[in-house]
Amino acid sequence: MELDINKLEVDFQARIDAGENIEPKNWMPEKYRKTHIRQISQHAHSEIVGMLPEGNWITRAPNLRRKVGLLAKVQDEAGHGLYLYSAAETLGISRDELFDQLHTGKAKYSSIFNYPTLSWADIGAIGWLVDGAAIINQVMLTRTSYGPYARAMVRICKEESFHQRQGYEMMLTLCNGTPAQKAMAQDALNRFWWPSIMMFGPRDEESPHTEQAMKWKIKRKTNDELRQQFVDNTVPQAELLGLTVPDPNLKWNEERGSYDFGPIDWDEFWQVVKGNGRCNKERLGARVKAWEEGEWVRDAAIAYSEKKGNKKEAKKAS
Amino acid sequence: MSTIVEIMTKKEWPIWEVFIRSKNGLEHRHAGSLHAADAEMALENARDVYTRRQEGVSLWVVESKHIVASNPSENGEMFEPAADKAYRHPTFYVLPDELKHM
Repeated sequence: MELDINKLEVDFQARIDAGENIEPKNWMPEKYRKTHIRQISQHAHSEIVGMLPEGNWITRAPNLRRKVGLLAKVQDEAGHGLYLYSAAETLGISRDELFDQLHTGKAKYSSIFNYPTLSWADIGAIGWLVDGAAIINQVMLTRTSYGPYARAMVRICKEESFHQRQGYEMMLTLCNGTPAQKAMAQDALNRFWWPSIMMFGPRDEESPHTEQAMKWKIKRKTNDELRQQFVDNTVPQAELLGLTVPDPNLKWNEERGSYDFGPIDWDEFWQVVKGNGRCNKERLGARVKAWEEGEWVRDAAIAYSEKKGNKKEAKKAS
Repeated sequence: MSTIVEIMTKKEWPIWEVFIRSKNGLEHRHAGSLHAADAEMALENARDVYTRRQEGVSLWVVESKHIVASNPSENGEMFEPAADKAYRHPTFYVLPDELKHM
């Protein structure tokens, strides 16, 4: 039996090295399975919880164009959650279990959603920066080794680009508006810049799982590589808006062909991850409430479908 | 006819696989999956989640439990018959370059 496992592991790594996808019915190391359940489900939870800070402003969108755009974006996030939950479920875990993990705090979601949306400009900043960061990560993941995860990413990436454009268009409108509007945009950037940078996770040296994740092609680029890509993409976008990135150490490095940027406040990062962010309790509370208050709907739907099924059987029999 | 066990075990909505044929498409393709209580709900949810951008003109939904799949660990045996039959491909047949319309 020992010999069999070794052969399976060798064959598995050979598939990965050859650039082949791993599919649900393929043998996989237990750690590969568990890592994916955790990563994919936390990604899914992030999409669903991410609907909350934006949903907050749907009723207060300044005009119809903004309202329909925001509604469509939030709908998309629900869909993204679905694609990811579906991918996680292929690994041998049920939807109910996944929700239970979220609701009891066993599973996490992206910390960025534990920050509040204080002004309308935050919605623009989120679309521009948060979706921008997500796109960089998700494009990389379209080449991840687990087939269902990669395919979910392809679908998500197609839909995500309108999210970022919608956010940036909002920022553009505000920055070309009154001084008060521009100030509101600058304030949103000031509050969302660093949390967006932190979305890429701890530095490579502090990220113990990165090596195995790269070996199994779960990750194709490291946290710091993705983070650098985000900064390099986004700084010129801020300049086009006439806004100032809130980092006094931000500087173009001609030698590296990249921006040098300042130190990240890792204390804040870990505090928010641990549950002490501004909105952690509120976000989780909202999800638990939705689940508990929706129980009767789920039960009624099953009861109704069974009733229809029984009626059909009775008709056939008669 | 419910037993005590049935009452106590919460029933999850079953999983359905969704297939879509696009306007210009020739066949239905697998788009993804979703949970729904029955076929009608599955169809409507599939419409809501998988065709927000006019991806299709036809939807099929099938409960996942009804799908029978080949076992990838048996791929070798399963697909072996076609491996040595190059004569099924047009390139196997040697014909002069001057020959047209073939």
